Amino acid sequence: MLIDQTLRRLLPALAGGLALVLMPAAHADTPADTLVIADKIDDIVSLDPAESFEFSGNDMLNNVYDTLIELDPADLGPLVPGLAESWSLADDGVTYSFVMKEGITFHSGNPVRAEDAAFSLRRAVKLDKTPSFILTQFGFTPDNVDEKITFEGNTLTIVTDKPYAPSFFYNCLTAVVASVVDKETVLANEAEGDLGYGWLKTNTAGSGAYSLRAFKPSDSYILEANANFWRGAPAMKRVFMRHVAEPATQRLLIEKGDVDIALKLTPVDIEGISGNPDVVVTDEVRGRIMYVALNQKVEPLNNPKVVEAFKYLIDYDAMAATFLKGQYKVHQAFLPDGFLGALTETPYVLDIEKAKGLLAEAGVEGFEVTIFVRNDQDRLEMAQAFQNTLSQAGITATLRTGTGKEILGEYRARKHDIYLGAWGPDYPDPHTNADTFARNPNNADDAGLTGILAWRNAWPAEEVNDLTNAAVLEKDTAKREAMYLEIQRIHQQTSPFAPMFQLITQVAARNGVEGFSAGGSIHSAFFWSVTK
Amino acid sequence: MSDTLTEESSARARAAWPARLGRLALSALSLLGMLAITFLGLLAVTFVIGRVIPIDPVLAIVGERATEAQYQAAREALGLNDPIWVQFAIYVRDALTGDFGTSLLTAQPVLEDIARVFPATLELATIATIIGVALGVPAGVVAATRPGSWVDQLVRLIGLMGYSMPVFWLGLIGLLVFYGELGWVGGPGRLDTSYEFMFELDVTPVTGAILIDTALAGAWDIFANALTHIVLPAGVLGYYSMAYISRMTRSFMIDQLGQEYITTARVKGMPEWRVVWVHALGNVSVPLITVIALSYANLLEGSVLTETVFAWPGLGLYITNALFSADIAAVMGGTIVVGSVFIFLNLLSDLLYRAMDPRARAVME
Repeated sequence: MLIDQTLRRLLPALAGGLALVLMPAAHADTPADTLVIADKIDDIVSLDPAESFEFSGNDMLNNVYDTLIELDPADLGPLVPGLAESWSLADDGVTYSFVMKEGITFHSGNPVRAEDAAFSLRRAVKLDKTPSFILTQFGFTPDNVDEKITFEGNTLTIVTDKPYAPSFFYNCLTAVVASVVDKETVLANEAEGDLGYGWLKTNTAGSGAYSLRAFKPSDSYILEANANFWRGAPAMKRVFMRHVAEPATQRLLIEKGDVDIALKLTPVDIEGISGNPDVVVTDEVRGRIMYVALNQKVEPLNNPKVVEAFKYLIDYDAMAATFLKGQYKVHQAFLPDGFLGALTETPYVLDIEKAKGLLAEAGVEGFEVTIFVRNDQDRLEMAQAFQNTLSQAGITATLRTGTGKEILGEYRARKHDIYLGAWGPDYPDPHTNADTFARNPNNADDAGLTGILAWRNAWPAEEVNDLTNAAVLEKDTAKREAMYLEIQRIHQQTSPFAPMFQLITQVAARNGVEGFSAGGSIHSAFFWSVTK
Repeated sequence: MSDTLTEESSARARAAWPARLGRLALSALSLLGMLAITFLGLLAVTFVIGRVIPIDPVLAIVGERATEAQYQAAREALGLNDPIWVQFAIYVRDALTGDFGTSLLTAQPVLEDIARVFPATLELATIATIIGVALGVPAGVVAATRPGSWVDQLVRLIGLMGYSMPVFWLGLIGLLVFYGELGWVGGPGRLDTSYEFMFELDVTPVTGAILIDTALAGAWDIFANALTHIVLPAGVLGYYSMAYISRMTRSFMIDQLGQEYITTARVKGMPEWRVVWVHALGNVSVPLITVIALSYANLLEGSVLTETVFAWPGLGLYITNALFSADIAAVMGGTIVVGSVFIFLNLLSDLLYRAMDPRARAVME
């Protein structure tokens, strides 16, 4: 009785609730003129091109700003004109001239002038944020940059401190830090002489294919097409980037057609959608290298025989074939595949007996080491596999895990034994990785060269220092390529670094979405070339 | 005689007024004192946590490639080179003046960040609680009237499943079935992409809660879309709070239904529904309010896992991200909001308690 009455009372409520739930969800397809992407964007710290140095921030800025020289998303390699229509190097080997294109305007409507380009580069040097080294390595300082970078009419002139390889200099100018900002707009928003730094952190003032319409940190951003874009208005009127942290959720979104592109799917998700005819997965080789490094301040890791033994104690192929399948490929040189002069030879395989022999030659056996690795599934699995193969040669390895910042802090302070981690290039020139893996200007503890991996591992890099310094000055690109190959071969054998893998991004896109590039191994994502 | 009595009692009542006011003032003061101590405690704990976690907040800003000079400059700018007590004093002063600083990660004032993320959580938690109460209380009552019956077993089974299934898993399965397969509800996020643009263009955010803002603007199509998106996450969270509420309701009700006044009411011939739904439930409502307030407060902290699965930009995700990035200002701001929510809901349930329970009123007076 009572139950009946109760149910009778409850039923209308339940029916109401069901009706609510059953309400047909709105159409699943994304608007035809809008590109919707699911990615993780919670790494964005700043939208100022002089400061942005994170993957997703650079992806956005690559589509909002232009640089003097750019890359073609369809053929990542040869440089193409950006805001400059032509460029040349004087006979002195240090004076570069750039002639600006006429008739290009910023999103504000202001014309793009050589003055803006000079202001932008000087600004990046003066603000001295993390990516500024990409420019200051050519000898600019906040004090001298006003004389080194000048303009007259529509010509920009830049004078470097040494006759570097021109390809090196031009490549660096394609980095986000060399983006041209709208001087008038930025200065109108200046506060206390900060060159607009406070304002540009969350606003944009560029001339690129898109302008920033709305930005909600760790949630989403919306880009609006620039109808006056000098390459022609982009096909996608809007780009809507959604932060979706959970890969399984990204997979649902792409399968339902609620997003056009999903960028952070796991191998399991990729396998799961392989049968879906509406979704196309493409592999793109990226710049990130996974490597192991041995601290040369630690006994017996500083013994060359031990270093060599460790390189035979990594099961490269098994890892790449199992838990890293589809996400990483074996790569054993410090330059990622896709860079000028990248070495693709992989001489090392797991060889326990050979390693044991090398350890015996070195006169060591059965020692203990600690592997420093951050809490990240891939890395932990690599570290555990490494731990396992080390034990087969009698080496007891313990894992020291922590958050990225925690482990990084100890690595930068040279407090590790073995570090297992990642390195991504900063600009599309081989010097970017050579500079950090194969060069150490001062190995002293108090030199504090924390940005240089060779220093962090206390490796003096004597075998390659001179070569690396010479390669960056070599004008002949073919010779330069050969030099980097040589550096990598020496590095592969003598350095305490064991590069293991190179990252592959699996881009899942709805059928019909064309022209997207995640930027390959050398650059950031391109949205403006997308059609659907 | 009677006149004198009335005179006397009203005189007593008049005399009692100052004393009552004094008591009220005292209890208000002690309440304020409690609040102050609680807040100071909150600040101290967050500060200590911020200092002991072995994460370097400077690296969070400058990144891996920074040179030593850039690192030191950022450290100085953050005030991390000051003595620790100076840092704490600045921290307390800023918090008291409502300045929670600027988030390292978003480069926005923390207060603005929270004003952005909290309404999303509030909206979700409120609907989840409504679902939890609307289903949990009746289920608990029905189960209590027939202990051991199949209805009781069913309620217990559903409750048990609610307790034992990870919210993460339930959310994903829910998405897979109702969004992926059946297409009955909206997907992750608060709106469909196309509606997101319409919202951006047509609706001026007033409260930050999409359902309220769209209703205020009369944008009913966006409202409907937002509803299809909130149904599932709110349903998942509501399920958990239902499991808790129904179990508590059941045990409160069984306790009440065994009381003598219930027997009396039944003997008097009162209809059974009135005995159960009015008399017994009326008495249960007092402790039930505390249960509901607590479960609501828990939801308002933001459910990190639910927010992750449903790409829901709420407070739980915000605070967790901030913690992982050593974004102390954001952690502090978030913690203070959560703490305030708890204090406020405690206060509210206390007041409701007094309003609904004659005995509590009597003690007051």
